[in-house]
Amino acid sequence: MFESVLITIATAATPLLIAAIGELVVERSGVLNLGVEGMMIMGAVTGFGVAITTGSPWLGVFAAVLVGAAFSLLFGFLTLTLVTNQVATGLALTLLGLGISGMIGEAFIGMPGLKLGPIAIPVLSDLPYVGRFLFAQDPLFYISILLVAGVSYFLFYTRAGLTLRSVGDNHDSAHALGIRVVAVRYAAVAFGGACAGLAGAYLSLVYTPQWIENMTAGRGWIALALVVFASWRPWRVLAGAYLFGAVSIGQLHAQVIGVSIPSQFLSALPYLATIVVLVLISRNRRLTMVNTPSCLGRPFVPAR
Amino acid sequence: METQRDGEAGGLLDVRGLTKVFGTLKACDAIDLTIDRGEIHALLGENGAGKSTFVKMLFGALEPAAGTIGWKGRQVTIPTPGAARRLGIGMVFQHFSLFEALTAAENIMLSLDEKAPIMQIAERARALSKTYGLPLDPFAHVGDLSVGERQRIEIIRCLLQKPDLIILDEPTSVLTPQEADKLFDTLETLRDEGKSILYISHRLEEVKRLCDRATVLRHGRVVAHCDPRQETAASLARMMVGNDVEAVSRPADAGGAHEALLEVSGLSRPAANPFAVPLREIRLTVRAGQVLGIAGVAGNGQGELFEALSGEALQEHAGVVRIRGMDCGRLSISGRRLLGAGFVPEERLGHGAAPHMRLSENLLLSRHATDGKSLLGPLGTVREGALTAAAERIVETMDVRMSGTDPEAAALSGGNLQKFIIGRELDRQPAVLIVNQPTWGVDAGAAARIRQALIDLARSGSAVLVISQDLDELFEISDAIAVMHDGRLSAPLPIAEASFEKVGLLMGGAAPGHTIDNALDNATEQA
Repeated sequence: MFESVLITIATAATPLLIAAIGELVVERSGVLNLGVEGMMIMGAVTGFGVAITTGSPWLGVFAAVLVGAAFSLLFGFLTLTLVTNQVATGLALTLLGLGISGMIGEAFIGMPGLKLGPIAIPVLSDLPYVGRFLFAQDPLFYISILLVAGVSYFLFYTRAGLTLRSVGDNHDSAHALGIRVVAVRYAAVAFGGACAGLAGAYLSLVYTPQWIENMTAGRGWIALALVVFASWRPWRVLAGAYLFGAVSIGQLHAQVIGVSIPSQFLSALPYLATIVVLVLISRNRRLTMVNTPSCLGRPFVPAR
Repeated sequence: METQRDGEAGGLLDVRGLTKVFGTLKACDAIDLTIDRGEIHALLGENGAGKSTFVKMLFGALEPAAGTIGWKGRQVTIPTPGAARRLGIGMVFQHFSLFEALTAAENIMLSLDEKAPIMQIAERARALSKTYGLPLDPFAHVGDLSVGERQRIEIIRCLLQKPDLIILDEPTSVLTPQEADKLFDTLETLRDEGKSILYISHRLEEVKRLCDRATVLRHGRVVAHCDPRQETAASLARMMVGNDVEAVSRPADAGGAHEALLEVSGLSRPAANPFAVPLREIRLTVRAGQVLGIAGVAGNGQGELFEALSGEALQEHAGVVRIRGMDCGRLSISGRRLLGAGFVPEERLGHGAAPHMRLSENLLLSRHATDGKSLLGPLGTVREGALTAAAERIVETMDVRMSGTDPEAAALSGGNLQKFIIGRELDRQPAVLIVNQPTWGVDAGAAARIRQALIDLARSGSAVLVISQDLDELFEISDAIAVMHDGRLSAPLPIAEASFEKVGLLMGGAAPGHTIDNALDNATEQA
């Protein structure tokens, strides 16, 4: 029982985690991309479509990553090259993604999908209590954990990560040091898009292997909230994703055992938690200063 | 390698006809300037004379509209700051070049092309900082540091790049005389090693002492090339300003017993964050008609003291700070302003003024509580007419020069914005005025004007407290000088008894008999 609950929590948390860790990198570079929901749903429909056409879920995953990145580069071109407003462009990207995916996905409605099966690691998966949770999961679960570790290492222990953080902190100074601000941001945006695409593929190839219109159901927005919740720290994103995952699963289990908490309240919980965390972190000026990218959402136009 | 090839001419930099136009304003108009190897070259000029625009073109941050840059005998274009650094041009900026969320070592690492590990860079920075007497904690977050400490990082960062030409923009503004001396030694050593330095400063004495040649700019044009050693400070100032700079005059105090307008007793404050300085039992009194100067090396608690006095940070007990005899330790900034106090913080942009709001709006922001009756209508509506008139009055009185009417604060040069911010407080005739770094980065003409205004305010019966790292300034305007070190304030020295040496020793934290070097070492260890 305990272990199966853990596994369902992981299934709910993984797409949030993947999308949020991508967005974290984007925001650390100083760009606010509100189009996560749109990129995710594009990934979901692409992943599903390519998987059933080719018969290979892995090809589906790959295509979803590419489409997510390509879709985010549209955002990048608009906000970084044409310097449009990031908030408005991000919202437009979400609406565009929802619309296009609905159109493409029309043909897939009701079709049986392909599922990316779990990979059990021998011996380790037989461990009591946590063996199946940690070592007999779908491949994207492992990737999500590796992503967190990789992003954390990249941001805080590599020179490229330092460069990315510097661009998010003060793009004028970065420019003055000869860092190519726009190029760094393009790369970050593309990475964020690829992650969102991957998260979408998780939904349509692992979570519920079929295509349902609007199947992201607001997870992109939760991912965005998660980044703030985690105060832009990768490992806190992991904790936050599992917390939010647990809340949404807890809601189902609560209904089963007859505890009636309004489901609307539980759906609102992640956002409520984010607000509480925002209040808590803003009490610590130093923490806020060190972790919040101060150029977040600000357009960069170098004086020439 | 190139040094070997065309070293015989001695010419390092040869700029001809460099021009930059912003809209209708010619910020730089056909500027010629040459720098030889092993030369310290001064670039003089008032704020707005085009110095910053010129060096930004040299550093690849701005693109020239016309003109050529010759570098080591070759004509070059410098499209980006990265290109400038690769050519061997390093720059110590005055603004906008450090990352607040990163540590000092990370800031330094970003500007180096080599891929050394951070610990090694931190170690080199620490060693270099020790050599040059610029104490530096490589792992402090820049956001927690004062202006002076940030400047140390900039200097160290530039030196680590091993450039052939170093551009220094007002490097000594925040150093103690002893620290400045050490920096001059460093610069002279660098010159002896064959490096060249382009030195921007408003401090003419310093330029006379240090620089081999000088180029003077006024309104975007070169008005003179000269040898500063052959000139007097007055003649240099005349070239910069175009006419004589009026010396600041400090009429003698009228004498008699004056009322104490600002009294602070037993002011202590724990450090707000791990890098801040706690205040320890600060005690001071400023009487009507008096200017009290507070000297000290950056980051010894001056910022914390200002916050405590202005009401940005409240005290435990109301009686700790008294303005005009009223306990106000628990009052907010507006509450203290209503008692007749005025405050000018250190940072002009972001603290003293909202950068992207107009001057009139900035005026309303600081005076809505005290002058609500004249500036606001009955329903809290803004009286545009009265507000604009007040802003224009300040602009006129303080001779603030700007383009257009009522521009955004950020559009003004540093000196002009500072004149406006000080004028905004003076306009109210405050009984108590507390100013932090009144003329940091301000040109000679504007600085003289600001200093004279502070003295005049005191002589008209107000109490003026000036926190400054510029000792020349404090000696020019103060009736007494106290020194802050490590959150403690010394007893005030009457100006007649104060000397640079005495104050300098107190700034280093040394009791008589100790040397400054010991004090600096202690500071490094503490940091």
